[in-house]
Amino acid sequence: MRRISRPHAIGSAFVALALGLTTACGTSGPGASDDGGIEVWMVEDATVNPVVESALDAHETSGELVTYVNDSYKQRIQVALGSPNAPDIFFNWGGGNLAQYVDEGQVVDLTDTLEANPEVRDAFLPSVLDVAQIDGRYYGLPMQGVLPVVLFYNKQVFEDAGVEPPATYEDLLDLVDTFKEEGVTPVVLPGSQAWTELMWLEYLVDRVGGADVFQAIVDGEEGAWSDPAMIEALEMCQELVERGAFGDNYSSLTYDNASASTVLASGKGAMFLMGTWELSNQIENNPEFVENGDLGFTAFPALEGGEGDPAAIVGNPSNYFSVNSDSANTEEAIDFLVDTLASDSYVEDLVDIGHVPAVAGIEDQLAETDHAEFTTFTYELVSEAPSFTQSWDQAIDPAAAETMLTNLQLVFLGDMTPEEFAEAMEATQ
Amino acid sequence: MTSATRAQRPGVFWAAPALLFFGLFGLAPIVIVAGLSFTSWNGLGSPEWTGLTNWRTLPSDTHVGSGLLITLALTVLTWATQTPLALAFGAWAAGPQRVRAVVSTVFFLPLLLSTAAIALIWQALLDPTFGVPAQWAELTGTSANVLGHPRLALYAIVFVLLWQFLPFHMLLYQAAAKQIPASLYEAAEIDGAGPLQRFWRITVPQLRHTIIASSVLILVGSMTYFETVLLLTGGGPGTATRILPLHMYLQGFSAFEMGYASAIAVLLVAIGTGLSLLVVRVSGYAQMTSQREGA
Repeated sequence: MRRISRPHAIGSAFVALALGLTTACGTSGPGASDDGGIEVWMVEDATVNPVVESALDAHETSGELVTYVNDSYKQRIQVALGSPNAPDIFFNWGGGNLAQYVDEGQVVDLTDTLEANPEVRDAFLPSVLDVAQIDGRYYGLPMQGVLPVVLFYNKQVFEDAGVEPPATYEDLLDLVDTFKEEGVTPVVLPGSQAWTELMWLEYLVDRVGGADVFQAIVDGEEGAWSDPAMIEALEMCQELVERGAFGDNYSSLTYDNASASTVLASGKGAMFLMGTWELSNQIENNPEFVENGDLGFTAFPALEGGEGDPAAIVGNPSNYFSVNSDSANTEEAIDFLVDTLASDSYVEDLVDIGHVPAVAGIEDQLAETDHAEFTTFTYELVSEAPSFTQSWDQAIDPAAAETMLTNLQLVFLGDMTPEEFAEAMEATQ
Repeated sequence: MTSATRAQRPGVFWAAPALLFFGLFGLAPIVIVAGLSFTSWNGLGSPEWTGLTNWRTLPSDTHVGSGLLITLALTVLTWATQTPLALAFGAWAAGPQRVRAVVSTVFFLPLLLSTAAIALIWQALLDPTFGVPAQWAELTGTSANVLGHPRLALYAIVFVLLWQFLPFHMLLYQAAAKQIPASLYEAAEIDGAGPLQRFWRITVPQLRHTIIASSVLILVGSMTYFETVLLLTGGGPGTATRILPLHMYLQGFSAFEMGYASAIAVLLVAIGTGLSLLVVRVSGYAQMTSQREGA
């Protein structure tokens, strides 16, 4: 299994060179795994990294954590898997992202392990665990909190305008008109990054046609992208733009430099659809806004007449740890995951850093945290949701995701019609 | 060839380290990428031979055609903005006054910053809510939407590139202008030539080779403006600033179509080589004539 075909080795070496990936973080790849320790790769995250590190320290086999910044991680792991430099355990997003590694035979099937340890399997919320399920087999375990997309809002701005957060889509449209009159951008949208626009499409498709519409796309059904619900949701996106919901400058606005978050915090914007990681983002960039209790949050509004369940959610169910099948230490790696991820101490550590772990029965623990109101809200949202649709760009094949994000931006700009979008996406199936 | 001349020539041996490095890091990657362009490879597993499939896709990919056009527009605009300004500032900075030394040092500051830092600084400065466009819009009532506007976004990139690379080309012109013999200017002054005349009739012709060298750098460099575009606009809004190198990157490291990205890379190598050959041929740079006729 460890034999590597020559073109691949040369190709990997070159790609690594081309990327200038010479900052190897001081670890010795295969050397580290040959001496019995396990090497874990994950995305750099100031709060979660220490939790994983202390879990590795506490475990009987020695282990080492290697982290990479978010943007380069996907490239890095893609090039490393199958090479002698691959880690034993690696972080991933589940769904289509994981599926391509599974297709190449790079990931250990954990199904039998879970059968043998039912207490671990049953500890996780099924909707979250299932995202790491490919063709009925499990290839990963959730390693951090749940990250659904919710509607944040600025309480002060709402109070000044004398309005309430939207319960229905009609309310939302009314609020758009109200805030426009007030001179406030109704909805903050960092449209220079297409994945923020995708969140609107994901929720609208879910509310219009239900979770099955996107499931059909994941299943590769013919014509799934042209579903009437898809077209209608895309039209709704364009109507929101035309109505001025996102203001005039949304296509210049960026999420990564915290500018969009500051628009909300400063009161220049009223609402913001974003993943729950936005809370820690606000705490870091606009601490006063959070401390004053002005950061409001609510579920995405219901759509009257829509087929979707208003309790359904979209976002990142979690991130996952999977075991590299080429590793020399698969046994130790599997043991580590089984012993750690559902354990009380690991879950406690996650709760302490403000995460909402994907495990059942932690309401009491959550109620004692610093941001109890928000973590409890998130927990209830996820545990009561009939479906948790994974962010589309993670759920589908990377090539199709790239096309989707490019074309979605064109739809928002009005340079592409919903029908053209559907047609272009059908071609990727 | 007599044995005497052979003894005088340095052996190939002495060039071996350079040749080895060039072969290893210059030629070998190009050959491997050319090979990869005939495969389908997602970066995992082994590349799969697909023959000409990637090359057949190229002409039908709308992003390739539009990417070429945007790259071309960027090339022309960066050349047209950077060359005259760098020439004028460079010639000015070559002067003797002390204040010029101070001012030109300040001008050269952008040279010290990395491309990524420059792109991020300008992204913040061009922020539609908190940046310069917002202030400007408040004063004039125009739109603050710069990086998200299909046409303005390209101009913004041209401006940032100008800000970034002007000092480097100024430095080239400044160094070359200092080499122009003072006697030429003195003779012209005696003949009654004004400052403008001296600039046009002496400085510019004497800097001919520097202009060509700087232009080659700008033209060939415009194939690699990738980071600035990636960080400033990511090719957006939509596909308005998706230059060909960025399209290559997105295909390779976002869509994980390494084989197809390699085909685009080969295309870029061909265009870059062709461009620099063209400039050298048209300008007669290869003849390497002396520019010191007057001295």
